[in-house]
Amino acid sequence: MINIDRQELLRLVDSEGAQVVDVLLAYEYEESHIPGAANIPLKEFTPDAVSGLSKTDPVVVYCHDGL
Amino acid sequence: MSARAACRLEQLGFEKIYDYVGGIVDWKAAGLPVEGSDKPSLRVVDATKEDVPTCDVGENVGEVRDRARAAGWETCVVVAGDGVVVGRLRSPAWDSELEATVGEVMEPGPSTVRPDASLKSLVARMRKKETPQVLVS
Repeated sequence: MINIDRQELLRLVDSEGAQVVDVLLAYEYEESHIPGAANIPLKEFTPDAVSGLSKTDPVVVYCHDGL
Repeated sequence: MSARAACRLEQLGFEKIYDYVGGIVDWKAAGLPVEGSDKPSLRVVDATKEDVPTCDVGENVGEVRDRARAAGWETCVVVAGDGVVVGRLRSPAWDSELEATVGEVMEPGPSTVRPDASLKSLVARMRKKETPQVLVS
């Protein structure tokens, strides 16, 4: 796992087809999220929940502020 | 939280995992667009009245009642010197024991809710219990 900043996130999405995952709760995601991000709340990280993601392409996760 | 999610993805066999540690806070701070309703859920504090009358345990019940009513309230919050809520005074106690001191007839230790709690769930609980008022502290 690698910690990245905003510029690196934008680069990964633009040039490497990164998948962005918001791990906040559903209601928080509904309020606001990064455009194009999927929502998989941390508590629901089951193999089933992540089955829609590619395991070989980059995945970027985020929450409020990393804490 | 996202760090834990990243660990979990590693366990699940993902190969290239990145943690955008700045998160949505950093994203918004940079003025970048977001998707969503962008209507934060209401908090208890959004519906809280801050002008509730207060009194001390040593005060006279009748006087406290008159003072609260004059301000348009049918309840008075009993507080200690440091502002901590220690009780509540209202009907029927303040109608029948006018000469008593507040400490003798107040309801001690009333339950309170936090200002940052969800307003929606509080309202649901209040409806269920038919509670017209709840203290916020």
